[in-house]
Amino acid sequence: MNNSPFFLKPTSVQSVMLRVMAALIPGIAAYVWFFGAAILVQLALASVAALAAEALMLSLRGKPLTLFLTDGSALVTAWLIALTFPSIAPWWLTVFATVAAIVIAKHLYGGLGQNPFNPAMVAFALMIVAYPQLMSQWPAAGNHEFAAQLQAIFGTRTIDAIDAMTMATPLDALRTALHSAEAKTTVAGALQSSTASGQFGGKGWEWVGVGYLLGGLWLIQQRIITWHMPAAFIAALFVLAGLFSLVDSTQFAGPMFHLFTGGAMLGAFFIVTDPVSGATTPRGKLIFAAGVGLLTWVIRTFGAYPDGIAFAVLLMNITAPLIDLATQPPVFGHKNDKGQTP
Amino acid sequence: MEVSGIHAHPGQQGICMKTLRRLFDFHGGIKPDYRKESSTGDPITVVSASTSLVIPLHQSIGGPPRPIVCAGDRVLKGQRIGDADGNVSSAVHASTSGTVTAVEMRLMPHTSGLSALCVIIEPDGRDEWMPLQPFDFRAATPTQTRDYLRDAGVVGLGGAVFPSHLKLSPGKQGKLDTLVINGAECEPFITCDDVLMRERAEGIIKGTALMREMLAAATALIGIEDNKPEAIAAMNQALQQSGIAHIEVVVVPTRYPAGGAKQLIRVLTGIEVPHGKRSTDYGVQCFNVGTAYAIHEAIDLGKPLISRIVTVAGNVGQARNFEVPFGMSMQNLADRCNPRPDTDRLIMGGPMMGVLMPAADVPVVKATNCVLVGSPKLFPPPPPEMPCIRCGECAKVCPADLQPFELYWFSRAKIFGKAQEYNLFDCIECGCCAYVCPSHIPLVDYYRFAKSEIWAREKEKTSADEARERYEFRLLREEREKQEKAAKLAAKTAAGREKAAAAIADAEKPAETPEQAAKKALISAALERARAEKASVVPENTGNLTSAQQAEISAIEARRAEIREMAKPHLPPDD
Amino acid sequence: MIAAILVMALGAVILGAALGFAAVKFRVEGDPLVEKIDAILPQTQCGQCSYPGCKPYAQAIAKGEADINQCPPGGEEGIRKLADLLGREVKELSAEHGIEKPKSVAFIDEQVCIGCTLCIQACPVDAIVGAAKQMHTIVADQCTGCELCVPPCPVNCISMEPLAEDVESWKWKYPVFTLTPASKASA
Repeated sequence: MNNSPFFLKPTSVQSVMLRVMAALIPGIAAYVWFFGAAILVQLALASVAALAAEALMLSLRGKPLTLFLTDGSALVTAWLIALTFPSIAPWWLTVFATVAAIVIAKHLYGGLGQNPFNPAMVAFALMIVAYPQLMSQWPAAGNHEFAAQLQAIFGTRTIDAIDAMTMATPLDALRTALHSAEAKTTVAGALQSSTASGQFGGKGWEWVGVGYLLGGLWLIQQRIITWHMPAAFIAALFVLAGLFSLVDSTQFAGPMFHLFTGGAMLGAFFIVTDPVSGATTPRGKLIFAAGVGLLTWVIRTFGAYPDGIAFAVLLMNITAPLIDLATQPPVFGHKNDKGQTP
Repeated sequence: MEVSGIHAHPGQQGICMKTLRRLFDFHGGIKPDYRKESSTGDPITVVSASTSLVIPLHQSIGGPPRPIVCAGDRVLKGQRIGDADGNVSSAVHASTSGTVTAVEMRLMPHTSGLSALCVIIEPDGRDEWMPLQPFDFRAATPTQTRDYLRDAGVVGLGGAVFPSHLKLSPGKQGKLDTLVINGAECEPFITCDDVLMRERAEGIIKGTALMREMLAAATALIGIEDNKPEAIAAMNQALQQSGIAHIEVVVVPTRYPAGGAKQLIRVLTGIEVPHGKRSTDYGVQCFNVGTAYAIHEAIDLGKPLISRIVTVAGNVGQARNFEVPFGMSMQNLADRCNPRPDTDRLIMGGPMMGVLMPAADVPVVKATNCVLVGSPKLFPPPPPEMPCIRCGECAKVCPADLQPFELYWFSRAKIFGKAQEYNLFDCIECGCCAYVCPSHIPLVDYYRFAKSEIWAREKEKTSADEARERYEFRLLREEREKQEKAAKLAAKTAAGREKAAAAIADAEKPAETPEQAAKKALISAALERARAEKASVVPENTGNLTSAQQAEISAIEARRAEIREMAKPHLPPDD
Repeated sequence: MIAAILVMALGAVILGAALGFAAVKFRVEGDPLVEKIDAILPQTQCGQCSYPGCKPYAQAIAKGEADINQCPPGGEEGIRKLADLLGREVKELSAEHGIEKPKSVAFIDEQVCIGCTLCIQACPVDAIVGAAKQMHTIVADQCTGCELCVPPCPVNCISMEPLAEDVESWKWKYPVFTLTPASKASA
């Protein structure tokens, strides 16, 4: 028989994961509204692939299947992969990425709770390096033709068909314009000329971001995540983008643009906040998420890839144990001593 | 963060003035389902011993008391049956009058399921007190008072059973700022302090006043959680009626574990007493309300600690509070509350920190604040343990500001040094972390395991160091003896030869042959040596004794004879 | 060419001097190895390692004369700690030196004891009290359980009693992983 405490709060890993998934729903709804139902297909694909890979690895490792399959952690990884990939990416890309995330990034490191890197971000980094072309074909806002999207996912992809339904993301558009040989392109000019621009972020993407923001706030209210990480990430991105756009608004995009394009909001509330691979102390969380924000802005502005969240998260994952070690909070009664905390 | 609490301050003419006292907050904590109402409906029922009592000798922190009665002795209620072993110990008394039937090993109310020495008393039903004599502590020195309380068996009744006399010295400065009386009682189900405050508030106030005087404390604060309005009202009324100054009842917010001594001190004074430090060095000391009442009974009435209030709750028809003589079987107590048929265990203490009893017939002891009757329905077995996902819930609720999941990793991996570095021993085992863990990890079990391993290792280390010292000393002694022997031998031969030579010279004239003379000389020299040696080895510690020492020796001899007498019936029969 | 060689040589000299200076200046007055090894050994002084005591065995290990797996009272745990300290492989306890037993203390059957003092002389830690023709007894707290007093006793009155666990010395067990079978877990 167990020892005290004899009663426990009715909570579980499963309920935590399910609530995380529930919090993604507003963002997904906006996604479907602006970019069509293809994302639902991708979510289903990734979910099935993740569960299959998880089941395979669990049985290979001799772990109880039902218990771990129903914990929801594989599904959260799958959904994050689907949401960070283009929704009209070919089916095998999503499946391959999901299997890689579950098998390599999660189970080869010891399974649930043991992975040093965020599995979804490992998958994203792997695919953007291996298939940069496929990873940058994003659907155009307002293009809802589901049959064409299905064709792109499962059928043969003709260049014309893909061209017809894709559109550069605002980050892509901005990068191409600023890095092009034609001199004297300004941020304002590039964004004005781009069809991808919305009212305060990327066209369509800004509302998906708002959806994630709402879901994220609900997660904070549910005490699944703390305010530290989203706040530090958003603040870092906002301050950096703000400062540089103040200095030279022709070359650097403003803070609102950075926060409501790409995966910023998804990252702030759902990716950076992954507890397993991130820092855990309150101060550590601030440092970790601010680091991700800073690296994201640096990679977006100067790097070779349009969005930098995946690499920023992976880089900061490496530093998480060190951050934790350095930011151990003082213990009860030792708050005034020096050098008490390890 | 600070919160304000309303507390009542008795005015000069008995007018109750509401003032605001600044309260402090502690980190973390939880709000479990308290379920306290069910056991506060009825007044305290005083239970008298009907069946034989099993009184464990070791009921407090410190050395196990020595039995001073043996089978066949008749004892009176309140008669001492176990003497404190040294100062860090506390005496034990007969909780009713009757006959000692045995002094033997019995199952202890301890998770281990191991036995320890107990005095078994068959009650005679008369419940006859020994003559009671109040203790005039104002006429006594502080040491005498402390010795009196030690011999009255007064220990902390909040659950830690630390001998109270050891806490009743004002520390380095000779005075305290604050005496904290703990009436918070934060654990679910337990209401023994609540009903004690409702029904015997006057005694608690008197005990508090006594302790405040002994400790030279400026103020005494009685902290009570705001979910006990009746107790707060009763205490305020008693305080008003007593007219005693410098005592305040302070209402504190209800949150588990606000009743932890360190947490309550923090809430009331803002002071954080670190692990391993004396709280008196920070100008505070903390006692449970039950202890205050016990001190009042011991000093004002001369009654030693032989019973306490015990809550019986959980899977029972009618939860209630009893005043129970120590040694009574928990089964007997639980049976008075109609336990439901699916009862599968008894727990001593509450659901958060209580300990599972190895059997139902273990005795009620000084640490028993609650007998919690459990069933699989009330306390379902925890869901399967999942891996830690480092969600940090445990760190959010830890009242000691620890990082419980880090401690868990290190304890699980048996990296005890690291666990200590992360302040494992600041953990008070309140169970908040395990309560909120979404992975259902029995976190506290890991800490208990790590702590007891570390203690065992430290003990092993000390005994190894001791053995090394003794071994090295033995080597040194052997070496010294060898040298001394050699020196002696050399001296002996030299002296012998000289003497022989002298004798020869002397014996030129007498009739003795030189050989005879030499032999004689050698013999006399040896005799001389033997005499000298005999004189020198007179035991040094038995000569020149003062009369006091002599008295002490005879007292010791008497005690020895007593123990021999006592040991007789327990000697195994000769084969 | 010559310039290059000179530069390299100069660099070598400067770096060498710096290293030499550092070696002198920051020399660590290290804890002698023997002490560290001795601190790990259980101090039973039983001699099962074939050395006359724990310290001599520690010296032998430090010199490389003895292996780390010759101490039965230290057991697996002791070997692991020694291996950690010395950066060696963990080994099985060498069978010729004995087997790991539960910690016990010697017990003298006082009815049988004839007071010959042979055990007193054998005890490495002076844990036996008594005198010639007087009954002997063991100070259990100080007995290391080395068994050295057992063979010298002419009347075989000394036995080794395993230390029983009591409420004070009881230890919490390592929490058991309770994984319910997969079929039940979903319920």
